[in-house]
Amino acid sequence: MTGTAIRIDAAEIGYPGRTVLRDLALTIAPGERVAVMGRSGSGKTTLLDLVYARAAGRAALVPQQAALVRRLSVFHNVHMARLDRHSTLFNLKTLVRPGRREVAAVRAVLDEVGLAPEIFRPAGDLSGGQQQRVSVARALHDGRPILVGDEPVSALDPVQGSAVLARLAARHETLVLALHDPALALAHATRVLVLDRGRIVLDAPARSLAPADVAAAYGAAEPGASGHDPRP
Amino acid sequence: MTGLDRAVRRIGFTGVSLAILALGIAAAAVGDFAVTASHPGPELLRMLHGLLTPDLRAVNLWALVDTLAFAVLGVGLGCASGFVLALGFPHLAAIRALCAGLRSVHELFWALLLMQVLGLGPATGVLAIALPYAGIFAKVFAEMIEEADRPALRVLPPGTGAVSAFFYAGLPDLIDQFGHYTLYRLECGLRSTLVLGFIGLPTVGFELDAAFKAGAFPQAAALLFSFYALVASRHVWARPWTVPFLVVGAALVLPAGLPGGDAWQNLVRFATRDVVPAPLRGADLLSGAPWAAAFGWLGDILRHQVLPGALATLVLSQVALCTMAALALALFPLVSRRFAGPVGRPLGRALLVVVRSTPDYLLAYVLLQALGPSMLPAVIALALHNGAVLAYLLGRQADALAYRADAPRGANLYFYETLPRLYGQFLAYALYRWDVILRESAIFGILGVATLGFYVDGAIAELRLDVAAVLVLATAALSLGVDALSRALRRALRVEPGARRRGGATSPPHLELASGRQGMTYDGT
Repeated sequence: MTGTAIRIDAAEIGYPGRTVLRDLALTIAPGERVAVMGRSGSGKTTLLDLVYARAAGRAALVPQQAALVRRLSVFHNVHMARLDRHSTLFNLKTLVRPGRREVAAVRAVLDEVGLAPEIFRPAGDLSGGQQQRVSVARALHDGRPILVGDEPVSALDPVQGSAVLARLAARHETLVLALHDPALALAHATRVLVLDRGRIVLDAPARSLAPADVAAAYGAAEPGASGHDPRP
Repeated sequence: MTGLDRAVRRIGFTGVSLAILALGIAAAAVGDFAVTASHPGPELLRMLHGLLTPDLRAVNLWALVDTLAFAVLGVGLGCASGFVLALGFPHLAAIRALCAGLRSVHELFWALLLMQVLGLGPATGVLAIALPYAGIFAKVFAEMIEEADRPALRVLPPGTGAVSAFFYAGLPDLIDQFGHYTLYRLECGLRSTLVLGFIGLPTVGFELDAAFKAGAFPQAAALLFSFYALVASRHVWARPWTVPFLVVGAALVLPAGLPGGDAWQNLVRFATRDVVPAPLRGADLLSGAPWAAAFGWLGDILRHQVLPGALATLVLSQVALCTMAALALALFPLVSRRFAGPVGRPLGRALLVVVRSTPDYLLAYVLLQALGPSMLPAVIALALHNGAVLAYLLGRQADALAYRADAPRGANLYFYETLPRLYGQFLAYALYRWDVILRESAIFGILGVATLGFYVDGAIAELRLDVAAVLVLATAALSLGVDALSRALRRALRVEPGARRRGGATSPPHLELASGRQGMTYDGT
């Protein structure tokens, strides 16, 4: 556990003419598993983008849309996570004719998300849930210490989702995940952040929270007006 | 906002249309559009008779095979080099300028120039197509790459090389589009190859030229029909898996593909002697006299050849543009479901496909023989070919419009609903077509109309390649100028050709073409 913390300290973040996040002071320590929650439009994706940018090459990403190359096989989509570790020539060769070692490595990762049989199917032929698992497998294969995931299990049922989150936790030292299912978040995260209108309205250890607390924080209209601050 | 933008927006669609129309009428008053043949009727009747009694035994199959081989190698080479150029297109102004230059010179002019270096061999034919097509491919591929939504690029690990990133996260999802567009371009390549036959390459065009000159119209008709069959069956023989066979076969059919040993000497002679302005050849460049003579020489060419040639080219293209526009507006209901109905539409579509498959050069050539030398045959040819292309696209756009349930029918629908809603698209397409028409107008000079091509052809016949080079450059500059004006007008009017996508953005026509089964050209013939 040697990574450095991610620190974000900013008054206003957003795009020209539109502020998405305000008064943000956040430190994520190595080993933490942070669940970012909040209604849509509350700034979750912007916060995750910021974390990914601050992680500067130490993070793997599971974006909101699976972001697969539809024409390429599942193998190639997962192998993509390691393009930076090989020469261009080797990458081009693998595009045409994958080596046995690469296939074995990718197959092992796909096995973890239950997709090993689909390894040579075009990614575009898979269902939404399968595509999401390919996207997760790509991050697992990447193996960087920090994982930033924007709703990485939104298209999976709770049992599958739980299994996938466990895999991610086993593989990556630090997790920063946007999740929308409070039960799933409390089961897998060590820390829960709830955003509302660009402000953090709840930041607490997961074990101190019940699903009802998280749900209540969702409803908080104004920061400070919630009255549900469960911090001990 | 520029002054042009403001002026154009003040006069709007109507004002711009009326201005273009007024220029067209003025051009029609200035130009020579008479029927000069003394008895055009009987000649046309004999042609028609030939068309109805094609002599299929007279078709030289090797001419068809050669046509296909030239098109495959020319388009293939253009596609490959265009692809490489496309990668640098957004980053290097030099590449964009090179591509604009390659595009702005018509394949016939390329052939005439290349012939001086490579002789009348296969290399001339292949390169004459490959050079301008490389410029077109580069631009279109670059636009496709820019337009593409490539979410996978974001998740690539930092430090991934640009080449690896492109081949993994960019190209795979573009390759279908590239493929469709390339196969569609092959159809244009076939038309270009046919036209190259008229200056001596052994394609169907060469045979057609011979048949027409001999008055053997049944033979000419058979050649024409077999060419249509070749174009119409493109979807059968041009498929992704047939490409390797086509390329290898084409290379075997044109075995003398490599230029002879003296090509290098020819090139050196061409570059260091032939295209050097005559007064400067072998002269003492340090003294002032040759330079003064060269300025006089250039002034002479500009006054006596470039100026009248450019004026004639502009007159012809302006009349052709207006005629094409009128024809397209009249014809597009033929291919629109609302107007032509389920029976009429396939017929209309077949008619338009046949008309647009006929190279306008060939149409002009035939009409010139029947009607005699004037601008009239050229205008008819340009208007028919381009009008059919435009009408076909407008028909498709018209079918994509959502009409309310109680919409009127017939003429009321056309004038109250369809035309007003389609007019911006129509203007965009017509303006897009403008520089294509201009390049073709210049080329028709080779047939005897006094446009720029007429002077180029004359200079080459007299082996004055320095003069020819100046004229070709002038033609390219004119074409680039019209292209820039067309783009400025489209921007000022805020119209772009193409299907309206969700979110209000429009896709450029080549994307629409690449997605449709029946594509059409915007950049070349």
